[in-house]
Amino acid sequence: MTLLSVQNLHAYYRTEAYGISRTVRAVDGVSFDLFPNEIYGVAGESSCGKTTLIKVISGSIKHPLKAFEGSVNYNFGDYKVDMLQISQSELRRNVRWKRISYVMQGSMSVLNPVRKVIKTFEDIVDTHEHITDKNEFLQRTRTHVNRLGLPTDVLNAYPHQLSGGMRQRVAIALATVFQPALIIADEPTTALDVVVQRGVLHMIKDIQAKSNNTVLLVTHDMAVHANVADRVMIMYAGRIAEEAPTESIFNAPLHPYTQHLINSLPVIGEKSTKASLKGSPPNLADPPSGCRFHPRCPYVMDECRTVAPDLISVKERHRVACHLVKEGSQ
Amino acid sequence: MLKVLRDLLRYDGRFRLAIILLGGVVAMVLLSYDSPYDPGKSFVVPWDLPPSREHLFGTTSRGQDLFWWLTFAVRNSLYLGIVTAIISRVISVLVGLTAGYRGGWIDRVLMAISDTFVVLPLLPILILLSFLLRDSMNLLNLAIILGLFGWSFDARLIRSQVLSLRERSFTRTAIYSGTSGFWITINEHLPFVLPIVFATTLNNILWSIGMEVTLSVLGLSDLTTPTLGTALFWANQHGALVAGVWWWITAPAVVTAILFLGLYLLFTSINEFIDPRTRLRLIGG
Amino acid sequence: MRKFILRYLIPRIIQYLTLIFVGITVTYVIPRLAPTDPVEAQVSMMIARGNTLDPQSVESMRAALTDLYGLSGNPVEQYFAFWGRLFRGDLGPSLNNFPTPVSKMIGQALPYTLRLLIPAVVISFIFGNLFGALSSYYPANRALNVLEVLGQVVRSIPYYIVAIVLLVVFSYFIPIFPFSGAYPIGTRPDWSSIDFILTYLEHAALPAATLILVGFGGWFVGMKSLTSNIISEDYVVYAETAGLSKNRILVQYIMRTAILPQFTALAMVLGTVFSGALIMEVVFGYPGIGSLAIRAIYNNDYSMIMGITIYSIIGVATAVFIMDLLYPLFDPRVRYQ
Repeated sequence: MTLLSVQNLHAYYRTEAYGISRTVRAVDGVSFDLFPNEIYGVAGESSCGKTTLIKVISGSIKHPLKAFEGSVNYNFGDYKVDMLQISQSELRRNVRWKRISYVMQGSMSVLNPVRKVIKTFEDIVDTHEHITDKNEFLQRTRTHVNRLGLPTDVLNAYPHQLSGGMRQRVAIALATVFQPALIIADEPTTALDVVVQRGVLHMIKDIQAKSNNTVLLVTHDMAVHANVADRVMIMYAGRIAEEAPTESIFNAPLHPYTQHLINSLPVIGEKSTKASLKGSPPNLADPPSGCRFHPRCPYVMDECRTVAPDLISVKERHRVACHLVKEGSQ
Repeated sequence: MLKVLRDLLRYDGRFRLAIILLGGVVAMVLLSYDSPYDPGKSFVVPWDLPPSREHLFGTTSRGQDLFWWLTFAVRNSLYLGIVTAIISRVISVLVGLTAGYRGGWIDRVLMAISDTFVVLPLLPILILLSFLLRDSMNLLNLAIILGLFGWSFDARLIRSQVLSLRERSFTRTAIYSGTSGFWITINEHLPFVLPIVFATTLNNILWSIGMEVTLSVLGLSDLTTPTLGTALFWANQHGALVAGVWWWITAPAVVTAILFLGLYLLFTSINEFIDPRTRLRLIGG
Repeated sequence: MRKFILRYLIPRIIQYLTLIFVGITVTYVIPRLAPTDPVEAQVSMMIARGNTLDPQSVESMRAALTDLYGLSGNPVEQYFAFWGRLFRGDLGPSLNNFPTPVSKMIGQALPYTLRLLIPAVVISFIFGNLFGALSSYYPANRALNVLEVLGQVVRSIPYYIVAIVLLVVFSYFIPIFPFSGAYPIGTRPDWSSIDFILTYLEHAALPAATLILVGFGGWFVGMKSLTSNIISEDYVVYAETAGLSKNRILVQYIMRTAILPQFTALAMVLGTVFSGALIMEVVFGYPGIGSLAIRAIYNNDYSMIMGITIYSIIGVATAVFIMDLLYPLFDPRVRYQ
């Protein structure tokens, strides 16, 4: 049973001002599924469309972003949601935070700077589940926060009194208050030093193990995926390049871009120099023809310049979009 | 540059309105050079006549054609506004740049002085000044005085812009590549500072003309020179409203309002166009 | 706590005292720059106006003026004597209403000015900021758009012009409100009588309306631009993602943070608003400090003008200082550093 099914999603930013109109094709034909009880990683460089994908999946589709084609369907068992059709009020009432919650990029600044942390908890809980007994709520929150390894006095502090890592962990605590079925974490470890990163990742793994929910983890840091994810999807220029269980991605990457990402990770004992890809990420307002990776690909063929490769299954649960790989091979 | 103007004209309604309003004002200024009446003379036409085809804005109790008198008034007020703006721009840029680049105690002293000027209620001080200098007060002196008081707010703006520029990486690159400090200022930083200076200039013009109106109405400036403020002063002196000569009060007030509105719209629309954040926000659905 | 006092309180106290010191010194220095001898000028003007004063009064007036202008003794002595008198609250006698002391006359007029100023500032601040925030959060609302245009228009026009327009429209063409004064000529102010209070309100309506209108415009535009920036801040986006209701977000997340710089702005424009109130009084003949000032100007009542200037500087500086002291109560970022 799939938790989330995304089919052929096309989501663009369209702007028009002073007579000039521009379309940025941030998500251009993406299809994938999410299953319960897994950690699914999404990797890729900046401006490959990851954040836009997240926005559409979580229902934050606001002008100038618009979904032009495709479908996003959730199945929560007792409740089904078509994300592209659902109304904002129903989203707010039934879905947000109760079934889907979000740990934002740069969680340093997601807390209201002029109010104590406990107040933000109160706001969120009260919105979804009216608080009738204040003491009971306080007790519950304290237990929840403690269970995640945070000291209780975090609740009585103002955000600027907490360190960056602490704030990140508070954000995760906020996201899990209602034990949602899907937690979307957008770059949760960026801008943190490695020690704190470890703590945050540990917290995420712990939560997932205890509540058996699904975590969609977006980060450009491949090391994080290696550590935490069950399956990884590599995105490039608004399209999926490769998707496979973590082991396969790291041991036998098929797409040249994936291979490059893996190769760029430092290995203990290795002393050779790392090569970098030529060129720079494509402009999504005017993407390259055919396979969008072709200007930078070391194995580029003529076909790649004109025809965009389809996403095909090569093994069970391993898909790749590259002309080098034929269906069913390997 | 021209393209910018054309875009603004085509897409921003406020800009169009501003151009229309200011066009009217500029027309009045130009007409003043062709006036059939000398504003210094009184009782050249029958007094207290309401607006008619012969006297567009009517006549005053002193026997002057109000419309032609106002053309001079507008010209003088604008002249005052521009002179004040220039003087205070120069001071604020100097203070802002110095404070921003030198830092340290110079910066603190300059900012302390500037803050003092911002908080002090200027009107009482200006009243005091004008009261004492009444005899030697003419338009130019007033402009100079206003210029000397109006720089403080903008100096701080320029200083903070300079501070943020100093820290930016392109400055460091320029320094490392051997460019001397002076050329860094001119080539790299000035393009950032100038928009701020421009934006605050319009604001300053508004402020200074407003101050002039206030001081003149209180009778504290050169009352023989026609300006928008002195128009109101004389109207009050002759008890215009009480005597039923409502046009003497209304016309200068309306012309002033148009001038201010026009400048404000111009200022806001250009400002929003230049600042990329607001420009994006203007992109509608 | 100690850190707070050191880091926050002391600099502000210093700033306050410096402000007063500089302001008053400037007021002190300016007359010294005038080329004429003010004492003689005043005395001869008094005499020329036909006041029959015996030589003794003239002499005592000369002495008072010399004292007032601080011209007795050498410059250093003068300066200190000036401050000495200031501390005693002695601003000298009003030349026009000799020998009524200036401080007494200001004391009578000041309550009127405050009665006009304080409600106007409070009302325009509250409503201007409220509607400004609403207008940027609900950009499609027609009524708010109209308010925005109105606010922008009124804000750019100087107080005086707005006052005139209101005066002409509501006093002349459509006679609803009275022309001038705070109460009809001949009545005695009696604050215990409802009738008097009503007449007072009728008279104070137009000047108050002008102050409120222009103030409203200013706060509206400022708040709107502030909240537009805040709306894209991380914690607001987060609150929206978390599904918090629009009302809650508006009040707790947006306004709470946006109002803080507005408080600072209030402190900064206090001087300007005060000046605006003075002008209102002149236009509407309202018996506050402004009218006192203009009468003093017409009558060359130098000591009155000096007194008003000094009071204004002290008053505004103190108000700003108090606001500075109250600010940490609202912004926890300053409180816990």
